[in-house]
Amino acid sequence: MTQQNRLQSGGRIQRNKALSFSYNGKTFKGFEGDTLASAMLANGIDVVGRSFKYSRPRGIVAAGPEEPNAVLQLGATEATQVPNVRATQQELFDGLVSNATNGWPNADMDLMGYVGKMGGRMMPPGFYYKTFMYPQSLWDTYESFIRKAAGLGRSPLENDPDTYDHLNQHADVMIVGAGPAGLSAALQAARSGARVLIADEQSEFGGSLLHSNEQIDGKPAAQWVAETVAELSSFNNVIMLPRSTVNGYHDHNFLTIHQRCTDHISDRAPEGQVRQRLHRVRAKWVVLASGAHERPLVFGHNDVPGVMVASAVSIYVNRYAVAPGKELVLMTTNDGAYQTALDWANAGRKVIAIVDTRANPQGELIEKARTAGLKVITGSAVIDVQGSKRVTGVSVAPIDADGGRVTGSIDRLSCDTVASSGGWSPVIHLSCHTGSRPVWNDDVIGFLPGETVQRQLTAGSINGEFNLKGCLEQGTRMGAQAAVNAGFEANVDAPAATAAVIAQGPAMALFHIPHNKPTSRAPKQFVDFQNDVTAAGIELATREGFESIEHVKRYTAMGFGTDQGKLGNINGMAIAAKSLNKTIPETGTTIFRPNYTPITFGAIAGRHCGELFDPKRYSSMHKWHVENGAKFEDVGQWKRPWYFPQAGESMQDALNRECLATRESVGILDASTLGKIDIQGKDCREFLARVYTNAWAKLPVGKCRYGLMCGEDGMVFDDGVTSCLGENHFLMTTTTGGAARVLTWLELYHQTEWPELEVYFNTVTDQWSTLTVSGPNSRKLLAELTDDIDLDRDNFKFMDWREGTMAGVPARVFRISFTGELSYEINVQANYGLHVWEKLFEAGAKYNLTPYGTETMHILRAEKGFIIAGQDTDGSVHPYDLGMGWCVAQKKPFSYIGKRGMAREDCVRDNRKQLVGLKTKDPQAVIPEGAQAVKDPNQPIPMTMLGHVTSSYYSAFLGHSVAMGFVRDGLSRMGETVYYPLADGSVIEAEICSPIFLDPKGERQNV
Amino acid sequence: MFDIYCPHCQEHREEEEFHASGEAHIARPLDPDNCTDKEWAEYIYFRKNPRGIHHELWVHAAGCRKFFNITRDTQTYEIKETYKVGQQPTVTE
Amino acid sequence: MSDAIVEKTEVAAPVLIQVMNQVPAAGPRGESPLHHADLASVARQGNQQGGVTLQEVAFLGHLVIRGSIENSDFMSGAEKALGVALPGPLQSGQQGDVSVRWIAPDEWLVIVPGAEAFAMERALRDAMSGHVAVVNVSGGQTVINLSGANAREVLMKSTGYDVHDNNFPVGKVVTTTFAKSQAVIRRTGEQSWELVIRRSFADYLWLWLQDASKEFGLVVRT
Repeated sequence: MTQQNRLQSGGRIQRNKALSFSYNGKTFKGFEGDTLASAMLANGIDVVGRSFKYSRPRGIVAAGPEEPNAVLQLGATEATQVPNVRATQQELFDGLVSNATNGWPNADMDLMGYVGKMGGRMMPPGFYYKTFMYPQSLWDTYESFIRKAAGLGRSPLENDPDTYDHLNQHADVMIVGAGPAGLSAALQAARSGARVLIADEQSEFGGSLLHSNEQIDGKPAAQWVAETVAELSSFNNVIMLPRSTVNGYHDHNFLTIHQRCTDHISDRAPEGQVRQRLHRVRAKWVVLASGAHERPLVFGHNDVPGVMVASAVSIYVNRYAVAPGKELVLMTTNDGAYQTALDWANAGRKVIAIVDTRANPQGELIEKARTAGLKVITGSAVIDVQGSKRVTGVSVAPIDADGGRVTGSIDRLSCDTVASSGGWSPVIHLSCHTGSRPVWNDDVIGFLPGETVQRQLTAGSINGEFNLKGCLEQGTRMGAQAAVNAGFEANVDAPAATAAVIAQGPAMALFHIPHNKPTSRAPKQFVDFQNDVTAAGIELATREGFESIEHVKRYTAMGFGTDQGKLGNINGMAIAAKSLNKTIPETGTTIFRPNYTPITFGAIAGRHCGELFDPKRYSSMHKWHVENGAKFEDVGQWKRPWYFPQAGESMQDALNRECLATRESVGILDASTLGKIDIQGKDCREFLARVYTNAWAKLPVGKCRYGLMCGEDGMVFDDGVTSCLGENHFLMTTTTGGAARVLTWLELYHQTEWPELEVYFNTVTDQWSTLTVSGPNSRKLLAELTDDIDLDRDNFKFMDWREGTMAGVPARVFRISFTGELSYEINVQANYGLHVWEKLFEAGAKYNLTPYGTETMHILRAEKGFIIAGQDTDGSVHPYDLGMGWCVAQKKPFSYIGKRGMAREDCVRDNRKQLVGLKTKDPQAVIPEGAQAVKDPNQPIPMTMLGHVTSSYYSAFLGHSVAMGFVRDGLSRMGETVYYPLADGSVIEAEICSPIFLDPKGERQNV
Repeated sequence: MFDIYCPHCQEHREEEEFHASGEAHIARPLDPDNCTDKEWAEYIYFRKNPRGIHHELWVHAAGCRKFFNITRDTQTYEIKETYKVGQQPTVTE
Repeated sequence: MSDAIVEKTEVAAPVLIQVMNQVPAAGPRGESPLHHADLASVARQGNQQGGVTLQEVAFLGHLVIRGSIENSDFMSGAEKALGVALPGPLQSGQQGDVSVRWIAPDEWLVIVPGAEAFAMERALRDAMSGHVAVVNVSGGQTVINLSGANAREVLMKSTGYDVHDNNFPVGKVVTTTFAKSQAVIRRTGEQSWELVIRRSFADYLWLWLQDASKEFGLVVRT
């Protein structure tokens, strides 16, 4: 195929660098410097998609991020699929593969078209609410139907092979946009020595100057851009980011920039390179020079391919040397758009007519057009467009002075291209992101940035300054001002680059072109192309009582597409306002939210994916666990061995074996993940007494004690054993998951309530490997590895700790037990954890030393009725509910945390849920955790629930299941039967009993 | 993302280094045992939720681990001042 | 092995603080937090040139010191034992192979050669008085030196803290977020930085640093 719309000369394309690309399976040619959109237009591709609701053919209408229709699926392979790419922002590269995302089976031959045409009548505004609400069960059906039809693209089915990245930036002055204002600002800020960061979404800096015919400092604008960029490059305090969209402006001048590093080069990032970066910028001052988007007019069949925004036509002609048609009709409300007709004529294409909605426009450009022999029809408008897949002509009619109605007969003009301009809407999106409400300005005929608490300045057409000279001046001043505000020296009155002022007459505030029929009967006049919102639809919404623009938007879905209503929102607001007989500001403003344009998940995720999604924390013995076949369980960020299956074993087999080995000989658990807090200072005991429920004043050096920690509400939130290392020195242990929270809790009370207590807390969780050796042979095993710790049962008693050497390594050994067996916890510095672990296995072979994981730990402790904070507690149970009143001191002098809380009326009432043991009638039945207890399983649903099961396992050692759970008044209902009806209809019967299923006298741990 | 001045580190840090810990200046009653249930509930549950100036307790969790106070406008998210525990705010309205 | 701050005597004066030499005299091998990564092999077989150089400095003695700057006995005692004064906020000090980093208003991190941790802890305790604490955390963390022309960019990928010359001169120390973990970062030279990281996060951070350095070329040294 030839590039039939390519102009013979001009543009910023590299004609010697031809590139081939494919669209919907066909191959085309373009040039380096093209966007995908300009290359498609060069090749005469008119239809780029089908509309959402009516399935109408749609073409390219814009040249930037505001493009609503040319939203394509990119990717040569399954893994590199990217949905939602605006062809107007995608640079062409050789081998680019693109497909239309809406239209089924394709945009040109669209089956949905027929359904859609029917559906169109069935899909009035409020369609979602009116139709899809009922029946809800069909939502899945609706959703897939809508997604298929709506052109939202599809995500790849394979992993993205490319690398994405985040980069944290800090700037004194951050400049958004590198058009005339942004570049001028950057220059001033850079010269002050400030750290400047300037970003622009386009492939090269220059903004509108890249397609402008104007002159700056007597030179072509593009030359001024090149010189300015060159000067900026010479500063080492300036970072320039092209292809970088500033997507979000967040609190305290935090901005995010989506940089597409290699998307212009190939389908995949070149080896070793990052495909996209998300810059996270903290800026002292921000200059928004984000420019303005031209607003199309709303008129009959204004969505036929070939209808474009006026400036987009100029951009394609001047920057890309593409004339997207042969014969142009331009409709405008302002002088500026005349330039498009001049550009079209200069390109050797025919201007059929300029249709000006104003009765008597006067200005330099108008004179120029007339001088060039272009036909100007004043006081008129294009009220309808002919054609289906391409414009074939327009209907032009005179309108009255305020654009409210058609006043005369309709003329038909033949043409293939229609450009329209309703003026310019400042790109105020970023200034809205932090909550600033934009302000309507009648002179600008648009919203301007509102008041803000951010350290933000604005320059150029974002302020409604649409003259090049003014943009250069504002940029120069604001760049210097931002530098000064950030603490640098700069001259805010420095001269700006100069440009001629083009004398322009006033523009007309017109958004919606009247038709000779009322709007509801006129041809469809599209406001929002992505969601097929029409002027008639908005009027219907207001008639149905939606008066606030935010409601109108939600009702019609205006602005809800991926373009976020960049082209349509203001027009829609104007139509709603007129329909309501209000002004635009009275109808309400619309607030833009991040992100400005869609951003890839890759850029959002950065490196935080795959193995790096979340830190995995490992103990010193992890390698051994892996080598010995452990299955792992996530406990917080820790990877803990769950169980150690041997060949051919099921999980239950492994658990049975691990439990029996520990009860009958000796087992070992890696307990290194337990939180450990070193506490030093003369007030340790007092502090412990205030944060634990039990007494600490008299715990001697060399002893350990279990403690329960409650909140001020009296509810248990953590537990653990704390050991007295010295009179002023304690080692606290916490649950694995509670480590950080407990340390913060201690610090909170120390720093805010009791700073007078002399105590320091330091985490030593990672400092110590903790090896728990448990079982009747544990003493014998330890004896083989130490010659300086007296393990004698009477010299080293239960709840004692000793210092000594274990396998040649200095150690603290704690005789504490979470299994009910004779048990020792060995702490050694983590560098030596694996060494001691391996030595234990060398010596332990003859005792069948068996490694066990968290699941066996859970079973062993459940057999003993020991709770796990966070499993058997949920923040709503106090120690008495747990049957742990023995751990609550009544006579401590200080009213410790939790004491008052658990004395509240609700905490001391009868009928609370209490933790009890549950012995199933069928010894083999294991009640699922979470099952609800009822008194009578035959009662009607909903049943009265008495409590739920918190821990439940099969005990190989006891030969029956063991469970703990809450039952209302359970502690006084020992021996009673409760029932657990399950989802499958079965019922498990259980007897309420003591949670201590094994060795209630504690003889096993005292051998 | 807030930019928060830590009065202990004496410089601004990114919000991700900090955790918010609720309303500031909630003193633990000196004699809990003689508080009524209502008074105790006030202490542990009831908090202001003002539109505008609010005093909050934060902790520099990933930095110096010190708690400190922030005076923040809950509407604009402006931080008016930060000050150490034990000090009083200068911005109150 | 055992040693208390107050020597045990016949009358058994109370043990106030339990201080122990946690490092075995000889024999048992130790394994640094990154032992499993076998950095020696990576150093031999991997890049010999690149924009980022990484080195684990394992088995150093890490001691946390706590005390009040208003306690002059503490401040002067620490200086006496360390040979260098406790630095002010975000600063570090170095004397020979003893280095000290400000962590918090009442907290410093001292790093000494591994074999000297116990002696240094005793020296500090002997020299300081009042409400103080010393905690040996040598096994709980490790040091990674990151250097090279692109080291700063790797830091920019990893922390929101501003690592620009203007904000982070040589000698400055900050404790901050690092990827989804934390690190104590000290600038040790124009192009060199020291990271003190927690043991259990070491593997994660090693993977992170490899990944983040890839585009610059990562050189591992031992």
